[in-house]
Amino acid sequence: MSGGLTLELFFIVSGGFIGLVAIHVGLNPGHPRRWGSAAFWLMLAVVMGAGKHLPHELTGWLVLAMGALVAMRQVAHPVFADDSAKREIGAGQLGNRLLAPILLVPAVAIFGSFVAGPQVALGIGCLMGVAAALWLTRDAPPAPAKEGGRLLELLGETVILPQSLAALGGIFAVAGAGEEVAKLVAAVLPVANPLAAVVAYCAGMALFTILLGNAFAAFPVMTLGVGLPFIVEAHGGNPAVMGALGMLSGYCGTLVTPMAANFNIVPVRLLELKSDYAVIRAQAPFAAAIWIFNVVVMAVCVYRF
Amino acid sequence: MIKLIGILLVAVGFGFRMNALVVVLMAGIATGLAAGMDLREVVTLLGKLFVDNRGLVLPIVLMLPVVGLLEKHGLRERVATLMRQAAAATAGRIFWVYQALRGGLSVLGISLGSHAGMVRPLLAPMAESAANDKLAGLPAEAAASERGELKDQARETIRAHAAASENVGNFFSDDILVAVGALLLIKGFFDAAEVPVTLGAIQLWSLPTAAWVLLVGWWRYRALDRRLALGGKRK
Repeated sequence: MSGGLTLELFFIVSGGFIGLVAIHVGLNPGHPRRWGSAAFWLMLAVVMGAGKHLPHELTGWLVLAMGALVAMRQVAHPVFADDSAKREIGAGQLGNRLLAPILLVPAVAIFGSFVAGPQVALGIGCLMGVAAALWLTRDAPPAPAKEGGRLLELLGETVILPQSLAALGGIFAVAGAGEEVAKLVAAVLPVANPLAAVVAYCAGMALFTILLGNAFAAFPVMTLGVGLPFIVEAHGGNPAVMGALGMLSGYCGTLVTPMAANFNIVPVRLLELKSDYAVIRAQAPFAAAIWIFNVVVMAVCVYRF
Repeated sequence: MIKLIGILLVAVGFGFRMNALVVVLMAGIATGLAAGMDLREVVTLLGKLFVDNRGLVLPIVLMLPVVGLLEKHGLRERVATLMRQAAAATAGRIFWVYQALRGGLSVLGISLGSHAGMVRPLLAPMAESAANDKLAGLPAEAAASERGELKDQARETIRAHAAASENVGNFFSDDILVAVGALLLIKGFFDAAEVPVTLGAIQLWSLPTAAWVLLVGWWRYRALDRRLALGGKRK
């Protein structure tokens, strides 16, 4: 972290940006859910920008208040004017230069990550991207916030889903829900048979990932509850084979669960798809084919190497 | 068993297609209460975990102003024009190349893309434009829909596969070479459990799946191209 550039600074920047969106929504009398949406974005701006300094209990209540606004359908976005003629003109005039800022972001993020942390580098990349885009398009300085706000409103409450899911995973861990699931799997499936243990472990990884939305959370639970006691200790399997393919089986669960919001639900909103399950539907055949492959490779190799 | 009430709530809530955020927050509170915490403790824990995980959405939020501004000035239209000049491009081939590239860089520990930074501004318009071109090449289809524009359902399918190629490319090759995330988690777990495992062995046994995923991609994207050639209809 050089020159005082810390991750916290980028949280404040993002909080400021979300705050501007809240003000923009509040000043728009034509907004379909003006006050509910403005309140939602304002609370998120506070939590993102100042979360480190707020008492955690206050943050918790703010998050629940955001959830209540969503439950009462008070968060929405207006219909945005579609000026395709103007976009065609811009595309013609600026040509391939339009691509430069968008490619600048990952370039700065990749090379910057050798100097600063990867997230800080990405933050710097995004700020440089905005500067480059403004310089290129000669647009007014408020334009990035306004256009970014349009996309943020399209995302809506989906934008806090990944954090809420991570919080749920954390509460599950504190409550010890994982151990219960592992016990259940071991009790229900015939893990005394070496091959059945492989299938139970891979299925458990996928299922638990589907429930939690995160293979990293499923891995210690399933491996401790099913993998180590049965595949490794009882049947003498190779832990490296089991661990690698077990984790990859978990990823197959990630492909088909709405709980993995930042992979499967956020893009639905970003790409303006009609069905919340469109991405999951496209990924389901991938998940099935890859999961079966993992099980077969593990079944053939885990007791042999 | 009562601790599993949260998992049950999530399953029922998603089953009835209730709002995901509302379901998740309710499940969190219910699980905490079931485990014997009082309400203020659960809310405090929720707040703490929410703040700890702010980093999850930072890349999405910070990317939006760049993408929004460039879109206003015709980024997606420009990408579409570029694709019209590439005769061999189909939606499926673009996705396969992207998935391979994303996976290849991921092997090196480099995270190239994201849904906000790559898929929406670049990948989806590229594929839509390429598919549009192929549709326009079919006389019957071109007549059937104005200016050969993609039908809604075909566009939805293409965009969903764009997101899929980002996810699949991202997931399955991250524990091969550079020790990041998953690899360290597996190694750390076995170390803690005092099971002797080397990083090299975990990396080796991650290779077959990474190769298989490329084959699966080839199969799925070819199926997508075929479906699009039939005018977006399901077989």
